Amino acid sequence: MPITYTSGEQVEVYRFSVPVTIGVPLVALFLQAWLPLHIHFFSVFDLPLLVTIFFAMARRSQVAGLLTGGIIGLLQDSLTHQPIGVYGIAKTIVGYGASSLGIKLDVENAGARFLVILFFYTAHQTIYFMIARALVRLTLEWSWQRELGAAVANAVLGVFLFFLLDRFKQRT
Amino acid sequence: MESVLGRYRNLIILVGVLFAQMLGLAVQVKRTTDTESTRLIRIWTVSAVTPFEKGLVWIRTSTYNIWHNYAYLRGVRQENRDLKAEIERLRIEQVRLKEDADQARRLQALLSFKEEYISKTLPAQVIGSTGSELSRAVYIDKGSADGLEHDMPVITADGVVGKVLQVFKRTSLVLLLNDQTSGVGAILEKSRIQGVAKGTATGEVFLDRVMSDQQVEPGEKLLTAGGDRVFPKGLPLGTVTKVSPGQEVFLNVRVKPAVNLSRLEEVLVIVKKEERQAVAEDVAPVRAADVLAQRLPGVPDKPPADDPNKAKTADSASGTQNPAVVPPAVSPNKPPAPKPNASTGSVPRAEGVAEKQSSGTPVMKPAVSNTQTNDAKIVEKPSKPAASPQSGIPPQ
Repeated sequence: MPITYTSGEQVEVYRFSVPVTIGVPLVALFLQAWLPLHIHFFSVFDLPLLVTIFFAMARRSQVAGLLTGGIIGLLQDSLTHQPIGVYGIAKTIVGYGASSLGIKLDVENAGARFLVILFFYTAHQTIYFMIARALVRLTLEWSWQRELGAAVANAVLGVFLFFLLDRFKQRT
Repeated sequence: MESVLGRYRNLIILVGVLFAQMLGLAVQVKRTTDTESTRLIRIWTVSAVTPFEKGLVWIRTSTYNIWHNYAYLRGVRQENRDLKAEIERLRIEQVRLKEDADQARRLQALLSFKEEYISKTLPAQVIGSTGSELSRAVYIDKGSADGLEHDMPVITADGVVGKVLQVFKRTSLVLLLNDQTSGVGAILEKSRIQGVAKGTATGEVFLDRVMSDQQVEPGEKLLTAGGDRVFPKGLPLGTVTKVSPGQEVFLNVRVKPAVNLSRLEEVLVIVKKEERQAVAEDVAPVRAADVLAQRLPGVPDKPPADDPNKAKTADSASGTQNPAVVPPAVSPNKPPAPKPNASTGSVPRAEGVAEKQSSGTPVMKPAVSNTQTNDAKIVEKPSKPAASPQSGIPPQ
């Protein structure tokens, strides 16, 4: 049964089936946990973040976006041994921001998607860094070079991933 | 009021969700050692993700085994020959090492050493990671149902991997050595300098708490010190790669882990450790005279015959001592003199209680109990009192 989280008037709003709504984030979490063991550089990517941005922008609902981001983030947190909530907070904000942007802009083309992912990845890392240092007191080292490189890598992957996930979109 | 709530509904929900998460985070941070409050959500996620990981690992292993066992048989004969040659070489090496080990055990037994032994290990397959670079930990396919518990050490043949951090029914989370929250009591192999091997946010390992006036050389091996009550003593941790001045009075000692932590597949979990007295196994009782004589190789009773090897063979053939033990340089009938302990400079005293054997010959019962020395019993005929440092024999 298809689920609709919101409705739009001027921009097209999409919905997703239940298996896709549940399955895609779980597969993203699974791949994020499994692939770095075999392809070491894969740890640079953040598949759950890319999925959060995609769903938030497609649904174009701020509440749906923040809830999607929050839940995916909390699940990602629960796989680690760190306190639960660091990824949760960061992805909640990203989900809200991406859906807010999705309401106002058409982000269907590859160039716009690349820039959006670049921006939200950097925002996500900044929020994560601040929470981890200020609230959890983790020792982190911020490297602009590394973060920007990772942002570009995620943006490139995200463009391809979004085109793949577009197939699951259902028009309202 | 309603219009304001309606207008800012989404923003209010965002703030509410964020506030709830921050509150939860603060509670967890305050309870630094308690993960029970978040255990349920962890169980859900792990239960949802790990079955897929296990399935994929199983498929991968099965495919590899089919290929390896049935299809890829080229070169097996050559490999077999090479392995046989390797076994021969290792056997020779083993004989030498056994002698060294026997000697070390005897000395440890004499000093009443207690050692921690790995008595049981459980092999486990690495099935997944945490997916975060800030949480350097891996999931293995064994859990509480297999007997795993919190804080059990995890190793490979190369050295230490980490320790079990969280245990679920069928899986466990293993904290890697290079995680920033990890810390292992460590000791340098040659210089015997102790410190704490700690991970960093970038995944490197450093030996912490080494004073700047101590000499640490790159290339030196780092072992577990055994003082943290988690890891048994003497397991390889890594090799020192760089030494530089650190903060305050400490050195920055960078260590390359002995195990490639980014390429883990199979690991061993130490599920049982035993602390027991060091004993010299398979060694026949040795007379005190022989033991002490070994310590005084430079004070022979009789000068060796023309061929010293002959005397050695004759001594061994007499059956009075273990062939592995180096034969005494002095006659057992002559009271030997003690030699000062090389490391401490102390002199072993021939303290004991005089007893009579069934034959009526009085013997000296050593102060060290037989259970401690086990088969390396010290039984001496006190035809003359044992020499003491005051007897005038200079320590060697």
